[in-house]
Amino acid sequence: MIIAKVIGNVVSTIKAPGYESKKILVVQPIDIQNNNKGKSFLAIDAVQAGIGDKVLVLEEGNSARDIINEPESLTVKTVIAGIIDEVTISLL
Amino acid sequence: MKLGRVTGRVVSTIKIDSFEGVKLMLLQPLDEKLQNAGDPIVVFNTVQAGIGDIVYYETSKEANKVLEFIFNPCDAAIMGIVDDLNIKSKD
Repeated sequence: MIIAKVIGNVVSTIKAPGYESKKILVVQPIDIQNNNKGKSFLAIDAVQAGIGDKVLVLEEGNSARDIINEPESLTVKTVIAGIIDEVTISLL
Repeated sequence: MKLGRVTGRVVSTIKIDSFEGVKLMLLQPLDEKLQNAGDPIVVFNTVQAGIGDIVYYETSKEANKVLEFIFNPCDAAIMGIVDDLNIKSKD
């Protein structure tokens, strides 16, 4: 799982079967100092996140399909699985 | 999933059985500002996307699920056509 920030949303009418009624958001991975890290990508939203939210993103197909209760046959790899309220880091 | 722009068509006559009847397109990966990001790739097109369309696509093993017979060597497929993209610029 990675920490990312929601930076936008995607509107799409024509989509593959199984994608109907799924919300797609643009997420930008961030590091612990909240700086952008790496390339942005799209993820299916399972927790009603909004633009500006810091979220937990899953990048593995089997777990992602489990979270959105979809059968084996749906093509999903990235899912937003939680909204992060706070991250505490101990630097010893 | 990632964003991309369909830039061309790939025609192939001799291919394995599970690829029959499915279109292949050339796709340029894009970032959130719709600037080119990386090298073009060949993707499966099951949503009838045309040249010039902005689409979202999935890569790796998950992409093979768009084809009827799931044990096939497919590693990129278009999942939908983008109508609108709203990005909030960084504060």
